[in-house]
Amino acid sequence: MSNQIERFQDPGLPEHVHRNADVDPRAAKRAEQQVAILFLLSAAGTVLTIASYIYVKSSTFVYLPVMGRTNLQQLLLGIGLTAATLFIGLGAIQWAKKLMPDEEVIAERHEFRSEEVDREELVSTFKERADASGIGRRSLIKRTLGVALGLVGLSPLVLLRDTGPMPGEYLNKTDWATGTRLLRDPDGQPILASDIEVGAVTQVLPELPAGVERTLENTGKDAVLLLRLRPEDFNLDPERLSWTHEGIIAFSKICTHMGCAVALYEQQTHHLLCPCHQSTFDVTRAAKVIFGPAARPLPQLAITVDADGHLIAKQPFTVPVGPSFWERNSSNG
Amino acid sequence: MKTSQKVAGATANYVDERTGAAKWLKKNLTKVFPDHWSFMLGEICLYSFIILLLTGTFLTFWFDPSQREVVYHGSYLPLSGIHMSAAYDSTLHLSFDVRGGLLMRQIHHWAALIFMSAIVAHLFRVFFTGAYRKPREFNWLIGVGLLTFGIVEGFLGYSLPDDLLSGTGIRIAEAILQAIPVVGSYLAFFAFGGPFPGTAFIPRIFIVHVLLLPGLFLALITIHLMLVWYQKHTQYPGPGRTEKNVVGYPLMPVYMAKAGGFFFVVFGVTAFLGAVASINPIWLYGPYTPGQISAGSQPDWYMGWLDGLVRAAPPLETHAFGHTISWNILIPGLIIPGILFTGMALYPFIESWITGDKREHHLLDRPRNAPNRTALGVTAITFILISLLNGGNDIIATHFHLTINGIMWFTRIGLFTIPPIAFVVTKRICLSLQRADRDLVLHGRETGRLVMMPNGEMLEVHEPISEAQKWTLTQHQTPEALPAPLPASATVGLKGKIRARLNRANAVQIPAPTLTDLKELGDGHH
Repeated sequence: MSNQIERFQDPGLPEHVHRNADVDPRAAKRAEQQVAILFLLSAAGTVLTIASYIYVKSSTFVYLPVMGRTNLQQLLLGIGLTAATLFIGLGAIQWAKKLMPDEEVIAERHEFRSEEVDREELVSTFKERADASGIGRRSLIKRTLGVALGLVGLSPLVLLRDTGPMPGEYLNKTDWATGTRLLRDPDGQPILASDIEVGAVTQVLPELPAGVERTLENTGKDAVLLLRLRPEDFNLDPERLSWTHEGIIAFSKICTHMGCAVALYEQQTHHLLCPCHQSTFDVTRAAKVIFGPAARPLPQLAITVDADGHLIAKQPFTVPVGPSFWERNSSNG
Repeated sequence: MKTSQKVAGATANYVDERTGAAKWLKKNLTKVFPDHWSFMLGEICLYSFIILLLTGTFLTFWFDPSQREVVYHGSYLPLSGIHMSAAYDSTLHLSFDVRGGLLMRQIHHWAALIFMSAIVAHLFRVFFTGAYRKPREFNWLIGVGLLTFGIVEGFLGYSLPDDLLSGTGIRIAEAILQAIPVVGSYLAFFAFGGPFPGTAFIPRIFIVHVLLLPGLFLALITIHLMLVWYQKHTQYPGPGRTEKNVVGYPLMPVYMAKAGGFFFVVFGVTAFLGAVASINPIWLYGPYTPGQISAGSQPDWYMGWLDGLVRAAPPLETHAFGHTISWNILIPGLIIPGILFTGMALYPFIESWITGDKREHHLLDRPRNAPNRTALGVTAITFILISLLNGGNDIIATHFHLTINGIMWFTRIGLFTIPPIAFVVTKRICLSLQRADRDLVLHGRETGRLVMMPNGEMLEVHEPISEAQKWTLTQHQTPEALPAPLPASATVGLKGKIRARLNRANAVQIPAPTLTDLKELGDGHH
């Protein structure tokens, strides 16, 4: 017995089987008609598109099952466009499948690798041409070209410098200062401590100096949540307790993880939840992180009341608000 | 000769005398392409890209990429009188006051989802069949690039309307930038033209979205297709198909009709989705303001797995020497995706290094015949799916009455434990399928007919399978046939030991049955 292992043999392409339309002229005719009908349906689709553009009012709404209240014109335009395109496609494919030749063809592949002579010739030509340029001999040119090319990329980098200002101290500071009044968002009214009920949660913004208009950049770092709990619910150290006022406590609304607005408050458990990544903060323990990816509590804003009983900030935030950044000094939290 | 023929002839002559195109066209009109449904996945990518260009151009005629503040006075009454950016205002105008505007927006968004889905499906097809092997490594790299840029392009696209949902996404992107050590705050301030949100960002991402990235796509897709054309398409194994030929149908007329027709089918399906399936109803979210958010915030699916990873991250930060490093952002947001995409890009080279296989491959592998590769692919998919699941943990929690905490812990543990299990299970399944193939070839197909022998023994009758089937199931090379085991010199040192170990793992295969095996069994052993 020989050691030669015999493999199965390639039987080659199977014999071609004729389709109905190849042998029966009537079947071929039928296929032709099917294709024609599909193309006509496409034309009808275009007519529908144009007609609904012109004749259907864009303010007409209809109620449809599943879809609900739907703009009729947009729907009909879409259905028309669907028919106009889909049926061209189906027609062409039906044509190809039923009537165009379906015998498989064999094509040979070519080798990608160039002939050895060509490769050698390329190398010698390249060397010769490179020699002709003198780049190998004239090292002064080679080196200075290297320097020039290395530096030329710097100008676009420098020119992009003015895309924005330097961050400076911006990320460390907010518009909250000692004595800043808390204004209710969005009506901008100052808040009497007595107006806030237990269990309530209010979004507030700092009062800005006269003449300064509030921008989204201000809101993006100044937004604060004001909550009122029963004072006995708190579990705070004496300093943090002194930052509250009769059960009213204020936190930065900007999540310390990635800056989303921490907007969900669970009244029963006193938890604040960020809808983006589900970081959960315990209000009774100074917004300590109890779940999720955030690494730091929401900064607490110390509040008190002024002579009129309006809520004011006792002092600015003691730590930067919002997500982390390289220059953030987190030694105090 | 008819007039039309004369005109056509004259035109062709005019063009050919200036370009010499006739010779090239003559050869390529009959170019052969193999036929298989899975080869349409790449076509869907191309066609949805064309749909994106067409509908996207339409949208730019009305969209105003500006964060200038305006007051809304359009026909959508619930937002009447509200302050918003011109970008949001013009998107509302497009949706409610331009005939067909909403339809085009919806087709554009659906086409983007189809584009990304088709890229991923095409990637799976190419990976599991080993189509990326020599000589197609360049096209694999281009594909990985297209996938990566596609994710960015999609994210920028749905951020343009400047609604509350997309603005939240941009806020998160800004936080990722800001988290980069040393240069983060600077990068964020340069990208946004100052503090977040500023008024520079929408105009800037607009030009990236409509010019830079589409231009890059066009260039990469062109090279991708030119290489497919030049290298000729891969084909599945079967009778008559070899490494040296390509079996299929000619470009003209069959593929012109089929591929051209398929473009219209893809367009039609996308238009249908745009007509009946509402997507990204930005008027419900309201304009962006950093102080607000809507519950259940979700990115599009191709970003969802990243968001899921970020959600699962433990609360890790390093505070030292007056600086902060957010591992809870860097690891899930940059490091893990970086490793995954780099690994994916390098995979063809890693595989060839492990197997020592430097030959050209034009016949595709059946996934079961490459158990390690298939298992690795399933492992990666499992990892991404678990992340994706966690990206929707809030929605899943409310729909299925689960706790978010429970899903999060499942993810944190599952991300490390389930993918390895998926690897082992997949590899075992592949080997079992190989055994099943071997049985099929050597013992034939089960007919379900039972025969009682004279001695009372019950036997099931097996029927031999066709020669064509036998060939399809046995044509592949088992890895032993490769230059493996590797030469001793290649297995020295740590790198060599790793290579030798992986090479051995790769060689764990059920040998393809041969005619010799069949003869040794004898014909009448049943």
